[in-house]
Amino acid sequence: MTERVIDVQGLRKSYGDVEAVKGIDLQVDRGEVFAMLGPNGAGKTTTTEILEGYRTRSGGEALVLGQDPAKGGTELKRRIGIVLQSTGVDPFLTVRETVELYAGYYPAPRDIDEVIDLVGLAEKRTTRVNKLSGGQQRRLDVAVALAGDPELLFLDEPTTGFDPNARRNAWEIVRNLTAIGKTVFLTTHFMDEAQYLANRVAVIAKGEIVAEGPPATIAGRDRMKARISFRPPQAAPALPDWGQSVGADGAFEVRSDDPTRTAHEITGWALDHGFSFESLEIGVPSLEDVYLDLTGDEEEQE
Amino acid sequence: MSLLGQVVRQFAFTNKAFWRNPASAFFTFAFPLMFLVIFTSLLGGGETPIQGTDLATSSYFVGVMAAFGVISACFTNIAIQTTFSRDEGLLKRLRGTPLPAGAYLGARILHATAVGALLIVITLVFGKLVYDSPIPTGGPLVEFVVMFLVGSLTFAALAFAITAIIPNADASPPIVNAAILPLLFISGVFIPLGDEAPAWMTTLADIFPVKHFADGMLTSFLGNVTAPGPVDLPIRIFVFEWVDVLIVAAWGVAGMLLATRFFSWEPRK
Repeated sequence: MTERVIDVQGLRKSYGDVEAVKGIDLQVDRGEVFAMLGPNGAGKTTTTEILEGYRTRSGGEALVLGQDPAKGGTELKRRIGIVLQSTGVDPFLTVRETVELYAGYYPAPRDIDEVIDLVGLAEKRTTRVNKLSGGQQRRLDVAVALAGDPELLFLDEPTTGFDPNARRNAWEIVRNLTAIGKTVFLTTHFMDEAQYLANRVAVIAKGEIVAEGPPATIAGRDRMKARISFRPPQAAPALPDWGQSVGADGAFEVRSDDPTRTAHEITGWALDHGFSFESLEIGVPSLEDVYLDLTGDEEEQE
Repeated sequence: MSLLGQVVRQFAFTNKAFWRNPASAFFTFAFPLMFLVIFTSLLGGGETPIQGTDLATSSYFVGVMAAFGVISACFTNIAIQTTFSRDEGLLKRLRGTPLPAGAYLGARILHATAVGALLIVITLVFGKLVYDSPIPTGGPLVEFVVMFLVGSLTFAALAFAITAIIPNADASPPIVNAAILPLLFISGVFIPLGDEAPAWMTTLADIFPVKHFADGMLTSFLGNVTAPGPVDLPIRIFVFEWVDVLIVAAWGVAGMLLATRFFSWEPRK
């Protein structure tokens, strides 16, 4: 039995004449990791901050854990954890003191040391915040958001500005959260992040949701034709017609509904003529292909 | 946990962090003493007319520097620190937790008041030891404490109010100083205002709370200084005006209303 944790219908937000969010619908169930994917300025943060209770909406309905976030009740704040894009904590407190301070704001906090372990700061327990690296401070942000043992965690662009290693670590932390049953609502503009972490993705562009679904099948990605690309050697004879085109990197590309058979035909032909391809790849369209397709206009404007 | 319990808990953490920044803590306490020594050395030795009576200049400065310490702790420090906390996103983060706003702001005020109290003790003890200035007792001590508490709350409320017009943390020291330094000068905190002070200046100073606070602190601090009376009963020389307390309190209420209306928990873009 699934329980709806976030339920949004026709959500709108205007700043003066500018409509930042133009009537979006969102549903997130308990235990899900939901990612809102979109370019800068698409309305991700506005939507998130409405759900967190920082902004009021201009129209539509929004329920978070069954409550209206605009009412900003203490009861709701006790059940959610928020990691904003940038936030400060007191630089002169230690990691443990900081988590302890925030844990004290909640009626049923999580064990302080367990939270610190969960975000991988066990060795920095007694280190003061101003001695932490940027990535460690970001982990502390997550620890502080977890201190009250929230049912729902908001992560607004949790890995922006991270190096690849730090991103991997952050992803592991989010994975740990789902392992302990948390529901996670995250925003990101990284395709791989959404793909790796999320059960479901909504792509937002210009204040509207343009596609929504599991990363593997979003926008009909799974039904799209597979792409076979290959590069014959210089000495190869002229290719038969498989409907190929020349891709951006100069390799030939063939789209196929039945990649097993098509690939077999192509490689069979090569072997029959006594050579191997210099490169050969078979793949489904990446989430990035889908994303760029959906948000293309927006990126060009920026 | 009750609101009071939350204030006390928040205070404990604020205080812990405060003392771990020794440079900041040191100068918070050294500043008024430094001014006391400098002003007394420059202008001291002589006497300063107050309410028509001459007073040792050193005693004058001990009294007004006690007031200055409270204004530094409760107005200047709170305004600047709060702006930094706001711009770092600390206030916004707190807003997303169940901690009541009053618990955080209350702890800030309580801490500044405690720092102000400690500053007063240091200043008075220093004054007693170095300049043999008086220490208030009895009735004047009650006046002194009331003026101190009302002043602390007022200047804290005004500090929260002024953050509303500070666009970013970098701008906070110049704006806060531009607001308070001229008032400290025209209110006689740095330079005693003799009878020669221009009328427009004293009129202007009378509008704002700094002069009333400094006067209240000074006259209660000197409340036990007496002269022989007609029937051998000593009479008090420097008169404490309760209206000063009322005017300071009125500013506090105004500051609180403005802060309630315009205070921002989010960084200004």
